[in-house]
Amino acid sequence: MATKPIKVTLNGTEHSLEVEPRLLLVHLIRENLSMTGTHIGCDTSNCGACTILLNGKSVKSCTVLAVQANGKEVTTIEGMATAEGLHPLQEGFREMHGLQCGFCTPGMIMRATELLKQNTNPTEDEIRWGISGNLCRCTGYNNIVKAIQYAASKLNGTEMPAELKEEVSAEE
Amino acid sequence: MIPETFEYDSPSTLEEAIQLLQKHGDEAKILSGGHSLIPMMKLRLATPERLIDINGIPNLNYIKEEKDFLKIGALTREADIEHSDLLKKKYPIFSDVTKLIADPQVRNLSTIGGNLAHGDAANDHPAVMLALNASIIAHGPEGTRTIAIDDFFHGFYMTALNHAEILTEIRIPIPGKGTGGAYHKLERKVGDYATAGVAVQMTLDGKGVCRYIGIGLTNVNMTPLRASRSEKALLGEKVTPGLIQEAALYASEDCNPSEDLRGSEEYKRHIVKVLTNRMLHKAAERAMNGGA
Ligand SMILES: Cc1cc2nc3c(=O)[nH]c(=O)nc-3n(C[C@H](O)[C@H](O)[C@H](O)COP(=O)(O)OP(=O)(O)OC[C@H]3O[C@@H](n4cnc5c(N)ncnc54)[C@H](O)[C@@H]3O)c2cc1C
Ligand code: FES
Ligand code: FES
Repeated sequence: MATKPIKVTLNGTEHSLEVEPRLLLVHLIRENLSMTGTHIGCDTSNCGACTILLNGKSVKSCTVLAVQANGKEVTTIEGMATAEGLHPLQEGFREMHGLQCGFCTPGMIMRATELLKQNTNPTEDEIRWGISGNLCRCTGYNNIVKAIQYAASKLNGTEMPAELKEEVSAEE
Repeated sequence: MIPETFEYDSPSTLEEAIQLLQKHGDEAKILSGGHSLIPMMKLRLATPERLIDINGIPNLNYIKEEKDFLKIGALTREADIEHSDLLKKKYPIFSDVTKLIADPQVRNLSTIGGNLAHGDAANDHPAVMLALNASIIAHGPEGTRTIAIDDFFHGFYMTALNHAEILTEIRIPIPGKGTGGAYHKLERKVGDYATAGVAVQMTLDGKGVCRYIGIGLTNVNMTPLRASRSEKALLGEKVTPGLIQEAALYASEDCNPSEDLRGSEEYKRHIVKVLTNRMLHKAAERAMNGGA
């Protein structure tokens, strides 16, 4: 059985590898390239825990072959923070208690990244539809929606909705 | 879950892909979005020895009106259909259907060509294509042919496509004035396949008389089903609530749902009746508002 040579850019670093065609992208990321921030939940394309960006589009990496990422850019949760600090979505999840166990969080954040790129100022309804492919078993979603609203305000430089502001200041 | 081992090719032209399919016979399968095929391979329900990935073939992703047809390339992603301004404006039935297909991540990869070629009566596009009276364009070793949608679905996971044929385009006649389309399905949760789904396309003349009608049903038969008796009842008649009710009843009587986790046969027939009724009203409303 022949392996295939592939080149994949993961969070800005190019990697050249020889892989079996049946290797799944999520396994390439977690096992071959040792970035374990991307999680495997259902392994059946339902839960969204394995969501990553492939050339900027959010996809479920448990249902993509590593060879399909040849020549493409992959972004995972490890690629979100910069030297200046956390990405506004990461900050939003922290400030708004958008996570409890944290298992779904990397997938939620990667999905929300594309959502906010397509729609810089989504309504609550649009956020809920936008994350409809991601399951969370802990939070009940309300704080995840707030976390995404927090990030949207921050990225847009707009005023945060009043109830979000209250929550931030109650913390302080 | 990991698929059985297989070989992988990524041809960059249609001709090359067709040659590979010919050379490797039944053991080779086409890979488009992979969102029906890869889950089946992970469960080892499908064990192809070779995948021919057609994503590297250029010019198969487009949505355009040309002469008398709306043309959609086979590799057009569900997300492209969902966000297309042309479709949103002139063909709202596509917005109805795409937002009910799976979830945003799945829609980023899955293709309309794969959705039809898979030959699964649970998929949503087949019923829509029956309603729109689409044709399928296929490229194979003998050249190109056009397959009418009514001749396309042959059985469970079986279509009119021959082994070395690639579905390349979907062609839909551009509807006349006074046309409206609508789709809805009942699902238990986001990403679920339909308990039942109904697609309607209708053209009304100035007097409210039905000049074209297409009705397709999702997941209530071995193959995607045309509600022929309902169509006959409406065609050439003035569309009234009473007539719509009659057509909806025929659809529920003529489908063949089977009992499963999504519900009993009786329940599914009931859903078909309710959805057919609603979609006929919605399509008629859109037709009267001048939408397509
Ligand atoms: C979680 C989840 C939920 C889903 N929910 C829905 C839903 O609600 N409604 C719905 O309609 N679908 C649903 N789907 C299916 C999804 O839309 C599939 O992606 C689609 O059915 C197949 O398209 P694909 O491009 O992924 O095809 P692939 O998986 O790549 O291929 C499917 C089959 O078609 C063949 N094929 C593909 N392209 C061609 C071609 N151009 N010519 C000839 N043969 C070809 C392949 O060889 C294979 O046998 C869901 C999928 C997932 C993972
Ligand atoms: S692990 Fe990929 S969707 Fe659940
Ligand atoms: S925080 Fe636990 S699954 Fe979402």
